[in-house]
Amino acid sequence: MNVSYFVKRENLIVRIIGEIDHHSSEMIREKIEREYVRQNVKNIIFDFSDINFMDSSGIGVIMGRYKSVRERGGKLGVYSVNPQIDRVFQLSGLYKNKIINPYSSLEEAISNI
Amino acid sequence: MEYQNSMKISFMSKSQNEAFARVAVAAFVSQLDPTVEEISEIKTAVSEAVTNAVIHGYEDMEGEIFLSCTIKDNLVEITISDKGKGIEDVSRAREPLYTSKPELERSGMGFTVMEAFMDEVEVESVKGTGTTVIMRKRLTSI
Ligand SMILES: Nc1ncnc2c1ncn2[C@@H]1O[C@H](COP(=O)(O)OP(=O)(O)OP(=O)(O)O)[C@@H](O)[C@H]1O
Ligand SMILES: [Mg+2]
Repeated sequence: MNVSYFVKRENLIVRIIGEIDHHSSEMIREKIEREYVRQNVKNIIFDFSDINFMDSSGIGVIMGRYKSVRERGGKLGVYSVNPQIDRVFQLSGLYKNKIINPYSSLEEAISNI
Repeated sequence: MEYQNSMKISFMSKSQNEAFARVAVAAFVSQLDPTVEEISEIKTAVSEAVTNAVIHGYEDMEGEIFLSCTIKDNLVEITISDKGKGIEDVSRAREPLYTSKPELERSGMGFTVMEAFMDEVEVESVKGTGTTVIMRKRLTSI
């Protein structure tokens, strides 16, 4: 499990490599939160291209970050979600309720978020 | 003749074992040549049930989690149980978005995910005694 970041305009891009479950989610949550507080950005965009597993613990991580970005008037985006994980997103209503917006690439996410 | 096989494991209620449990079941079920999608659905459902035993059943204290998996032709049955605190109201617990631990950033979607990814999910629970989740899925293979 590895989390890395970079900032592009007012977005914090978070790339997670590995699996998101209850065990890994605690560290992922802490790392993202620490970086978001440190950086002067509004939005968080998740790069999901290297995540091959996610259960409902990942939904909790997303909903928690939604609370953080809202305080700064920011939004959440995600790109490169594999079909299985996409179903978990759909089921939990995260797209429908506009908690996080799905994009097909980083470029698309940055220009449309 | 019906093909049958089964396995049984038990492990400590540590969050490290969530990945162990889902990978063990995936390896056992792979003898049925499941699709990538089926394996991923089974792994996710197992992860949900084991995580619930760790977080809610034992509330992060030490305990033992029991997992068994039975194959009958193309039917997979997975049973996950704990001897933890149990669930007072099972139908409320199964409702989407219901969680007793919102302070831990839980989303209350675990049972909903299990139900969506498996054909059947049965929950038996007695307060103070423990919880058993039985999940069944018929694979399209064979
Ligand atoms: N093994 C268990 N022992 C005791 N209580 C349980 C057990 N499994 C589930 N529960 C109860 O059922 C509720 C709903 O479970 P569910 O998995 O749907 O959501 P969650 O675990 O709270 O959140 P999430 O799975 O989205 O992180 C839990 O909040 C808990 O109160
Ligand atoms: Mg759960």
